[in-house]
Amino acid sequence: MTEPVNGSATAPVLEVRGLTKAFGALVASRDISLDLRPGEIHALIGPNGAGKSTLIAQIAGELAPDRGEIWLGGRQVTGWSTAARARAGLARTFQISSLAMEMTVLQNAVLGALGARGKVMRFFAPVLGDRALVERAMAALEAVGLQDLAALRTAELSHGQRRQLEVAVALTLAPRAFLMDEPMAGLGASGSRRLMSFLDGLRERAPILLIEHDMDAVFALADRISVLVNGEVIATGSAARIRGDARVQEAYLGEEAEAMPGEEACAGAGGEGRGEAAP
Amino acid sequence: MGVRRETMVNTLLLAGLLAVPLWALWADEPFTITLATRVAILALAGVGLNLALGTGGLVSFGHAVFFGIGGYAMGILAFHAQNYTPLIESLSIPGTKSMPVIWAVAVIASALVALAIGALSLRTSGVYFIMITLAFGQMFYYFTISWPAYGGEDGMSIYLRNSFPGVNTLVPFNFFAISFAALLAVLVLVGRLMRAPFGLALSAARQNEARLRAVGIDPYRLRLTAFTLSGAITGLAGALYADLNRFVSPSMFSWQTSGEIMIFVILGGVGRLFGPVAGAALFILLEHFLGGISEYWHIFLGVLLLGVVLFARGGLIGLLAGREVAHD
Repeated sequence: MTEPVNGSATAPVLEVRGLTKAFGALVASRDISLDLRPGEIHALIGPNGAGKSTLIAQIAGELAPDRGEIWLGGRQVTGWSTAARARAGLARTFQISSLAMEMTVLQNAVLGALGARGKVMRFFAPVLGDRALVERAMAALEAVGLQDLAALRTAELSHGQRRQLEVAVALTLAPRAFLMDEPMAGLGASGSRRLMSFLDGLRERAPILLIEHDMDAVFALADRISVLVNGEVIATGSAARIRGDARVQEAYLGEEAEAMPGEEACAGAGGEGRGEAAP
Repeated sequence: MGVRRETMVNTLLLAGLLAVPLWALWADEPFTITLATRVAILALAGVGLNLALGTGGLVSFGHAVFFGIGGYAMGILAFHAQNYTPLIESLSIPGTKSMPVIWAVAVIASALVALAIGALSLRTSGVYFIMITLAFGQMFYYFTISWPAYGGEDGMSIYLRNSFPGVNTLVPFNFFAISFAALLAVLVLVGRLMRAPFGLALSAARQNEARLRAVGIDPYRLRLTAFTLSGAITGLAGALYADLNRFVSPSMFSWQTSGEIMIFVILGGVGRLFGPVAGAALFILLEHFLGGISEYWHIFLGVLLLGVVLFARGGLIGLLAGREVAHD
């Protein structure tokens, strides 16, 4: 197993313990335990319907688990609201870009900086006159390469640029941990490559729990990979170990065992990627 | 430049609203001054609703509550003052004819009621929110109808317009000036608020609630604050409106009143700062001119409203100034 460079003796930033969630007879999360350690990218993969979205929703605080605990930065946050978890340092990006479309690119980033600082109940001074907020927002936009589009309405951004903005907003939060739900979805080859190299460096700032269909990206980036099948984590380990795991081969890479994982991923990502949420 | 153009439209609108009564003063047309005063006051009520509806996305169908509370704050205080009866007997607190005091009472009372109504109804959204706010409006409506102390169904009249320090409020133009100044002051405040951190976050709550939560901001408190401020502004408008007519009645609480305030906002441009000013002006113009032609002028209003909703979502301001440009 690849240990993160600086993570030899550090406690996990984000930890999921024995998480269980059922919708009627369908068990979407079955006693899931996983952790995210400082400096790593931990990828979560699994076929459609494996329960990835349900798991993310529980980690982000949109869905309450039936059993189990979620710990963030040494505190149990299981009962906390989404907003409280964000304030505690969990920055998520959405599978489908979730931005304030009528605002400018800069305003979206400033909103993130504002959320990170708190003190929202300010009624008089213009928010865009607040240099500290704007600088923080611009720094995040520069990090993803959107600084030249700061004045553009978000609705006018291309799909790929929206994905970049999602990441930029997450950056403004200066989080303890990133929760990224398919950040590559819908990106072209060059866009994916750029984002990959960006995420590669990002793990130094805060670890990333990465849900991704793009297997090339996952196997290239991830320090550890967890495989979710039918609501259960069937394996966790380094890329090499996951590739060689017989259960993973059988359950996930299955019928195309001889093919490269990346090709299978393309088929998966292009198809129905949103179906594994709550029924 | 879009920003410049909207600023220009807004300035022209205000200039027009000021020029008409000035002309009427010169031409000795007091009725026209009264019309302009109505526009200023109804615009103020609309600016209040627009903060909740336009910026916050809270479709309140109960803003007549605050309009009515403002009206009854004026009516009750002035009623006791003109009859020399104490407002609260045990404490021998008298009524008052002073506008600033009446406004303060109207604003505080409507803010408190908005806080209470908001705290309950903001737990719902969409159609349920509309229905709950409507229900509160009807509650107040029927309550005032069945409350005999202050005129019940007939409402009550105030003999003399209330007073403002240093101004003879009986002169129609003076009362217009007071109402216009109140509108201006509120426009400035709300304009600042929309650009402030609060406004950005409130607008985000309307556009994408999940995004707001994901950056660690809870929308509930923002919305409740917006709803409370919104109610307070509409309450102030209610106090002025009652003073203009020197009359309050339960009809101020009726759902038609809520609907009309909403019409000002929609006609003028939802979420645009000056939308309600344009909307109220257009409404009064239509009422005056079409109302002269036919008493069924609401049919034309309906057609116009339909046209705006279908073809010109930005309302009158949107037509004149183009799409909203992000604040800088």
